[in-house]
Amino acid sequence: MLKIKNLHVSVDDTPILKGISLEIKKGEIHAIMGPNGSGKSTLSNVIAGKEDYQITQGTIEFEGKDLLELSAEERAHLGIFLSFQYPVEIPGVSVTNFIKTAINENRKAKGLEPMPAKELLKLIRERMELLNMDKSFLSRSLNEGFSGGEKKRNEIFQLSMLQPKLAILDETDSGLDIDALRIVAKGVNTLRTPENAFLIITHYQRLLEYIVPDFVHVLYNGKIVKTGSKDLALALEEKGYDWIKEEVAI
Amino acid sequence: MEAFKETLLSSFIVFENQLNGQKKSELHKLRQKAFEAFEKYGFPTRKDEDWKYTNLKPIIKHDYKIFHPKEQKLQLDEARKYFLSETDTYRIVFVDGYYASWLSLTTHHQYDICTFSALINRYPEIADEYVGKLINHGDSFTALNTAFAREGAYIFVPDNKIVDKPIEILHFTTPHALPAFQQPRSLLVLGKNSRATVIERHISLSANPVFTNSATEVFLHTGAILDHYKIQTDHYEASLIDNTVYQLQGYSVLNLTTASLGGKFVRNNPIVKLIESMAEAHLWGLTKIDSSELADHHTSIEHIAPHCQSNELYKGIFGGRSTGIFNGKVYVAPHAQKTNAFQQNNNIVLSDKATVNTKPQLEIFANDVKCSHGCTVGQMDENAMFYLRQRGIAADKARALLLLAFAGEIVDKIQLPELRQYVKRIFNQKNHIDFDFDL
Repeated sequence: MLKIKNLHVSVDDTPILKGISLEIKKGEIHAIMGPNGSGKSTLSNVIAGKEDYQITQGTIEFEGKDLLELSAEERAHLGIFLSFQYPVEIPGVSVTNFIKTAINENRKAKGLEPMPAKELLKLIRERMELLNMDKSFLSRSLNEGFSGGEKKRNEIFQLSMLQPKLAILDETDSGLDIDALRIVAKGVNTLRTPENAFLIITHYQRLLEYIVPDFVHVLYNGKIVKTGSKDLALALEEKGYDWIKEEVAI
Repeated sequence: MEAFKETLLSSFIVFENQLNGQKKSELHKLRQKAFEAFEKYGFPTRKDEDWKYTNLKPIIKHDYKIFHPKEQKLQLDEARKYFLSETDTYRIVFVDGYYASWLSLTTHHQYDICTFSALINRYPEIADEYVGKLINHGDSFTALNTAFAREGAYIFVPDNKIVDKPIEILHFTTPHALPAFQQPRSLLVLGKNSRATVIERHISLSANPVFTNSATEVFLHTGAILDHYKIQTDHYEASLIDNTVYQLQGYSVLNLTTASLGGKFVRNNPIVKLIESMAEAHLWGLTKIDSSELADHHTSIEHIAPHCQSNELYKGIFGGRSTGIFNGKVYVAPHAQKTNAFQQNNNIVLSDKATVNTKPQLEIFANDVKCSHGCTVGQMDENAMFYLRQRGIAADKARALLLLAFAGEIVDKIQLPELRQYVKRIFNQKNHIDFDFDL
């Protein structure tokens, strides 16, 4: 599904990613862990198509298409979704109108008619139930005045509505209490199918207790320095990142 | 520029000769005084502080035709598409500066909703009481308007009356071979505890330059409430200078919403005089202009009495090579204690070639007051753009959505649903996007 080969990325001529290779197949859950400043968010932003990054080397392919040629919205239309670490507050645009616009723009890109209002409402109701969300969410301005936990839950709500092929969860667990974390995890596990894939970016292994990854990669100083099973996440939780740094130094 | 002034000077003599029987009236003495003032000051230049960022030259370089023949060129079928509603409003319509009875819906029952010429002919004592009492002849454009004052809207609401329908004032200019100059003059008087809603528009149907120099005096007696909307969506060759002076007595409320969504050159000079305690004025402005359009909001709030409140929020979005100006003057007189004055001006600049000049101008001579002001000039929020685009919303639609959200705070202040929808529609048209929902 997603093939990243030898990806080098700079910001203002400072190299951030220094040769990342990663392959994600459908049905898989990958986790990327790493200390602060290792390049985790840069990687998720570059996959999703944020501008102001210089790709100096390497390729990203999604289902055989060269992603680097495509705009952020075109990547979204292919089925790539990024759950933001810091979702943007947009006063004046309600959650309902936002999700409606997003769904219909995606459908338009596929040559489909807008989703009938009845169908849309039914889907919204189902998803809100899944994520234990209150109806009042729908009429509130997008993320405006939302608590950290509400913002993250709203991201997962959008994910559940848009049903992407590849969902990237960028630090979705940060700022969540344990109950919210369980609800988010339940949402993700329910949405998981043999046809879609998840890339979970996190600093802690907490979320990985609830969403069990097939692969865990450790990102350090712009490179993937270690790949393993979910046990690697546990080892990191126990021992911290210092032993990885030492191993890399050797 | 001087040529236009010369034309105006010689036109005044012609104009005076047409005023049979009016020459001895108070109004005419006022006209003469105003004319002398205009003759003395002429047009302002960029050396005048109030016109520093607003270049008049491209507007007054034309040789405008001052008098238009009275023709009934505009048919109802063509005019009606500009009406807010066919039947649910009062309507005072002017075509080329003349009252168009066949397009209007006026009344003298309960309140007077008619014309400035009717005021002069039928109610000279009211004219003498109000006309020219608020206008400052130090301003050349108001002086010029007073000198030629002949036609416009006249609204008189007696004490304790609420006007049951909104009042639309429409000024049409039909196609002419020459650039056209219009000078509507209006008077609005709201009696004690009365209430009215007034919507004002200038619509040019001519491809040639049209220049309108409008002046309005508004009196709000104790407890009166006025909702005043100025919807400026004229086309690219049309220019407008709007001087409106409001006098607010105790407990009266002014809600002024100005939407400047088009026109070559638009200058708004609302002057609000809070002369008795507990009066309040709310001024909301939305500007969205492109290409080389100019929109200038020069507001002036005079807190003359204590315990009054004023609140200004102006938002602007500037594309192309457009120019935006906001100058917010707030004057607090020495004894106007407990004044509460708030002012905010927020701008988004969409292109490298667009310019915004914003300036608060506070003159506070009382010591127990709350006055705040703030202004911002920024660009589109790129993080917000990425967020929307990541959800599959195309860049142009994402931008339009963010701009509509930015404008929403002002648009939502429009109390009339049809007018609110109309402004949203024009706003979205300017962004080339049609949303299938109401924000």
